[in-house]
Amino acid sequence: MSTAPRREVLEKLTPVLTKRWLSPEAWRLDVYEQLDGYAALRKALAAHPDDLIQLIKDSGLRGRGGAGFPTGLKWGFIPQNDGKPHYLVVNADEGEPGTCKDLPLMTHDPHSLIEGVIIAAYAIRANRAYIYIRGEAVNAARRLRNAVDEAYKAGYLGTNILGSGHDLDLVVHSGAGAYICGEETALLDSLEGFRGQPRLRPPFPATHGLYASPTVVNNVGTIASVPYIVLGGAAWWKTMGTEKSSGPMIYSLSGRITNPGQYECGLGVTLRELIELAGGMLPGHNLKFWTPGGSSTPLLTAEHMDVPLDFESVAAAGSILGTTATQLFSDQDCPVYATYKWLEFYHHESCGKCTPCREGNFWMVRVYRRILSGEGTFEDLDTLLDTCDNILGRSFCGLGDGATSPVTSSLQYFKQDYLDYIEGRTAPRLTGKQLVGAH
Amino acid sequence: MTVQYSDDLRAKAIQIVARYPADRSRSALLPLLHLVQAEEGHVSPAGVEFCAEMLGITKAQVGAVATFYTMYKRRPTADWLVSVCTNTMCNVLGGQEVYDRLSEHLGVGHEETTADGSVTLEHAECLAACDYGPVMTVNYEFFDKVDADGAVGLVEKLRGGERPMPSRGARLCTLKEMAVQLAGFADDRPEGVADGVAGEPTLRGVRLAQEHGISVPGFDPETPIKAQEAK
Repeated sequence: MSTAPRREVLEKLTPVLTKRWLSPEAWRLDVYEQLDGYAALRKALAAHPDDLIQLIKDSGLRGRGGAGFPTGLKWGFIPQNDGKPHYLVVNADEGEPGTCKDLPLMTHDPHSLIEGVIIAAYAIRANRAYIYIRGEAVNAARRLRNAVDEAYKAGYLGTNILGSGHDLDLVVHSGAGAYICGEETALLDSLEGFRGQPRLRPPFPATHGLYASPTVVNNVGTIASVPYIVLGGAAWWKTMGTEKSSGPMIYSLSGRITNPGQYECGLGVTLRELIELAGGMLPGHNLKFWTPGGSSTPLLTAEHMDVPLDFESVAAAGSILGTTATQLFSDQDCPVYATYKWLEFYHHESCGKCTPCREGNFWMVRVYRRILSGEGTFEDLDTLLDTCDNILGRSFCGLGDGATSPVTSSLQYFKQDYLDYIEGRTAPRLTGKQLVGAH
Repeated sequence: MTVQYSDDLRAKAIQIVARYPADRSRSALLPLLHLVQAEEGHVSPAGVEFCAEMLGITKAQVGAVATFYTMYKRRPTADWLVSVCTNTMCNVLGGQEVYDRLSEHLGVGHEETTADGSVTLEHAECLAACDYGPVMTVNYEFFDKVDADGAVGLVEKLRGGERPMPSRGARLCTLKEMAVQLAGFADDRPEGVADGVAGEPTLRGVRLAQEHGISVPGFDPETPIKAQEAK
């Protein structure tokens, strides 16, 4: 039922990063400049780079790409006066299933990302920066490239930026269709012109990143937050969110709700409140399961609607905040089938470098096909859990770990749905024809 | 080489290499592969050779990269690449029916091209537009909230020579033209950049805040940046 949200719930909204999206031409430099654009850059260039790193530390800003690592700390890891070139790389390879917050930001407010890039590069003393954008994101890339050209012409990029003596070259680099490149070391390999496969860590990118030089890799939302913190200050930033998870976050709601979309709220808003903001569940649909932050975060259920969606609380509830991509599924959706489709994804996107992820996902997809075609056995459920045990923590990177999330969580909360296929109470979802046609 | 690459293409390739540090030219490989795809519609053996020659690496090294990424096509691809998201969210919202109907209607499967050479079909993984699901793209431009009938109507327009306007983003260009942009060159159509307003789901939250006069209080752009004591 669509009902108007109550005032106290509306007040959970914190329009900061999304605010300029209301101005249809904010992607143009002249419009951006009228809307506080590049004011933060002027202010930042007048400050000492170390003071900017401290400011970001004081703000409590944590990475918006899923891991939630403290941004100021990451910047502080870059060794200074080491005689090596430093690099800033923006991870714009948005592709985690359910996640759709970075593409609209880059499409409708590209200069805010570019301004954040220039400030961050100045802080870590980098003279080259790259925005690695997902290949398929052609519209966002088009706007970004246009904005970079505008920024060069206006003197915000290039040599001696605004007379500061700081130089920065920025390249927008399109990927070519590989989810794994959202993993930061795979992204760096891809940016160096190789297959996008993760690297062993340590050494970490802070000392041996792009071209084996000190590198900061940050998500789009992280970098786009920087100009606001520079302008409004750390104390203002911390008026939003919780003590350990500060600031606003763009929650991406999709699925069985009345008004799917982007809702920017202080970290710690609950799903119950988000659903109210989104006009409620669709008529005839009752919430059954949901992802707090993309398919790599363990599923939660209707029992978890009051969990504050911040890094600590979601972890305490047994999941991960991730990218705050809240995908909502109802009692009309099957968690077994949903998990199967996600596994098809992980199987397809596994880079093949490590055995647990490459083989584990391959075999789990086959087990799911068997269950969904009505030919599953009880042992299959043990096989799935056993396979997950051999993937989680044993894979080279987070892709393998993430693949186990929907499997173990759906078996934890919805084992009956699996048993219903195995014991014949649920009609097979896949037919022999689909099994043959599946890739 | 079976294909003679034009001077214009070589000039573009040199521009691409110049974007990266002189001793790190291999970084240009992904955009170069997009560029050769702009010439032939797929990455051919000649395209691989061209990239290898530009960067001074072996064809095997180029081939290993080209085969890793799904956007590099190894077979000739039509002017219109139709991608249907069949990942979980779009799937349960109807994306699977869209893909199945298109596949049946066009008589082709995943990564196959119609007999008339007009359309290549593929099922895609999450396209990062879940709030508009189910979605499909034509040359990576979005068509939102599609259903099976609408999708069939759309591909028929493409086959009939029309260029239907995407839900968001720029008016359509061919896949080869798009590959030039993917190689890092500006859209040479002025309207290309201007096209596309934010859809309703994108603006839902911020519009709700605006309608109810919600903003974050206490924002003062003059807030000083605290200077640390000299070390």
